[in-house]
Amino acid sequence: MKITDLTELALRNLREAILRNSLTTVGVAVGVASLVAMLSLGVGLQQFASQRLESTGLFNAVFVASRYNVRGYGRSPRQNQNAETSKPARPLDEIARQEIARLPNVNEVYPEIRFMTEVRYAGKPYPTMVAGVPESSHTDGAFDGMQGAFFSSPDADEAILQIQFAKDLSAQPSSLIGKDLVLRYAEREALPAQKGAANAASTSGGSGGSAGAGFSVVPHEKKLRIVGIVSTEPEGGFGGFGRSRVFIPLAIAETLSATEVNDLRDVLNGSNKARTYGSLTVRVKSPAQVPQVEAAIKNMGFATFSLLDTTRNLRLFFTVIDLLLGIFGSLALAVATLGIVNTLVMAILERRREIGVFKALGADDRDIKQLFFAEAGVMGLAGGISGVALGWLIGRGVMWGTNIYLSHRNLPAVNISSVPLWLALGAIAFAIVVSLVAGLYPASRAAHLNPVEALRYE
Amino acid sequence: MSSSNNGFAIRAESVSRHYQMGAALIRAVDDVSLEVRAGEFLALLGSSGSGKSTLLNLLAGLDRPTSGAIIVRGRNLAEMDTHELARYRSLTVGMVFQAFNLLPRMTLEENVELPLRLAEVERADRAARVQESLERVGLLKRREHRPSELSGGEQQRAALARALVNRPAILLADEPTGNLDSATGEEIMLLLKNFNQSMGMTIVMVTHEHPLAERFADRIATVADGKLVSVTEKPGGRVQS
Repeated sequence: MKITDLTELALRNLREAILRNSLTTVGVAVGVASLVAMLSLGVGLQQFASQRLESTGLFNAVFVASRYNVRGYGRSPRQNQNAETSKPARPLDEIARQEIARLPNVNEVYPEIRFMTEVRYAGKPYPTMVAGVPESSHTDGAFDGMQGAFFSSPDADEAILQIQFAKDLSAQPSSLIGKDLVLRYAEREALPAQKGAANAASTSGGSGGSAGAGFSVVPHEKKLRIVGIVSTEPEGGFGGFGRSRVFIPLAIAETLSATEVNDLRDVLNGSNKARTYGSLTVRVKSPAQVPQVEAAIKNMGFATFSLLDTTRNLRLFFTVIDLLLGIFGSLALAVATLGIVNTLVMAILERRREIGVFKALGADDRDIKQLFFAEAGVMGLAGGISGVALGWLIGRGVMWGTNIYLSHRNLPAVNISSVPLWLALGAIAFAIVVSLVAGLYPASRAAHLNPVEALRYE
Repeated sequence: MSSSNNGFAIRAESVSRHYQMGAALIRAVDDVSLEVRAGEFLALLGSSGSGKSTLLNLLAGLDRPTSGAIIVRGRNLAEMDTHELARYRSLTVGMVFQAFNLLPRMTLEENVELPLRLAEVERADRAARVQESLERVGLLKRREHRPSELSGGEQQRAALARALVNRPAILLADEPTGNLDSATGEEIMLLLKNFNQSMGMTIVMVTHEHPLAERFADRIATVADGKLVSVTEKPGGRVQS
């Protein structure tokens, strides 16, 4: 039989038992909807997680440290040894920073500056950690959802407080915005060569007295205006702003020349003539260019670390999640296939005589089989299309409910449901295939009916 | 439209159809040899359960013999595969049943068109052939009616139109008047005779009504207990076997 005749007859047969076939199709639609809804949430969550992680700037960043203090950043001892033997270790100083900044595809290179300080507010001291924040943090989402505003300029005498710290300062944190605080910090001042003790607490370093004379640590104060309060924990990269409670422009942090932990290391290494950095963060134009930049920096004699491997693991994680969601979603579709089998077996019983007439008029087994397959396929197609629409609606509904909940908790809205074209088409195709598989047994049974017995059937 | 098989439309050679019912072996058709001449009107006469319908089903290719051969156009139906048998039922024979077997959900036109769909006749040719068949049985005006809206006689005429639409060489009729009153039955028999005479169509009709067979058939093959008892030729009643 021709495909057009087959389709016409299949549609006619489906129309004749409209209620039963509609219910079966609804069953398929519900199965497909559960599958699509589950996977749309899986896909949506993956996209949401990827966007959030990318907005942290972790995935287009290379973290650079001197090999003097870092033994590998996740590399095996053998790899590290090989890397170290290829190029001599270098201090991570301003020269190195400029050199890295000149590499192709590098957008920005900035140091990690964190130091202990004492904040004075309303005459009371509050010890805490201060971090320098690069201008790029304004656009990469690290301070999204903050109260107040980001720094008015890259070198403004301004500060942003973390909410917990702000609560220590005032019972009404938002009232702090626009007020001033004073930062008391220990400034590192280099001592002239061969000079002895400083006029303040001082230290000297060098091995065998051949190195520089060391530096003084001088207490200083800096007045800053509070411009914002951030309620989340801003992520500034690997070890960037971790545990810091006061954020100031990076340019200001650099000018303060506050004493950091690695200053003591420089003293011990005897490399305290020039200021060195604990680590540098290198922003690359896109995650795809990270490996090449990372290799170039390694070749310069530094240890590097990037989170590209973590994104691969993330993808693997979400693939497994999608698989599990797909399996659970498919359970409803599996139940729906039983409905198709039941409907078609009932159709055989009802149309037994008709099948006999078809055979007497010249239909062969294949025609009968194709007719039942076409009916199953039409139910699968209709169920698949309506199921995708229903699944999309369910996903939207879940997202709507989630966003209402988030808005009640003063959190920004999120997009956690996505039905990409591949999912919609794949679900429809899957519904058709599953329906055809469900039609295998009834179609085969109908095709092999003995025409003489079928014609005798009342 | 007539076929040649050395002058025979169908030749059955020692055909048997046996069924195993538990321990009992039912010999529905037992060693029947019969030749149906091209263009003749043959009546298979017998009482209920004599095996005449089983023999007709074997000739129609709806069933396969347990042993023996049924030769049509040089081919043995017993050796054909299911697809070849389906083609045989579609193009070589037309069938009419006692219960009409029209599909109740289709109109007359759609019922008559069904064999053309199965034979994959082009859509453009179908309408003309359906019209021709319905005209031949006088039902053109009722073409959009469903079977339930027709009388028994009209339904059987529609079944005849459906059997004719693929222009088969052989028409096999299983008790075509069995569900009809005598006047309507006669109308159907006249139609069958007309097809036989005007179109040269070979007709094999199963009946248990001896007067009907006597009046319309060229030959009468009498079946009893699965065996062919006699073949009587008209006029004169010459006994062939």
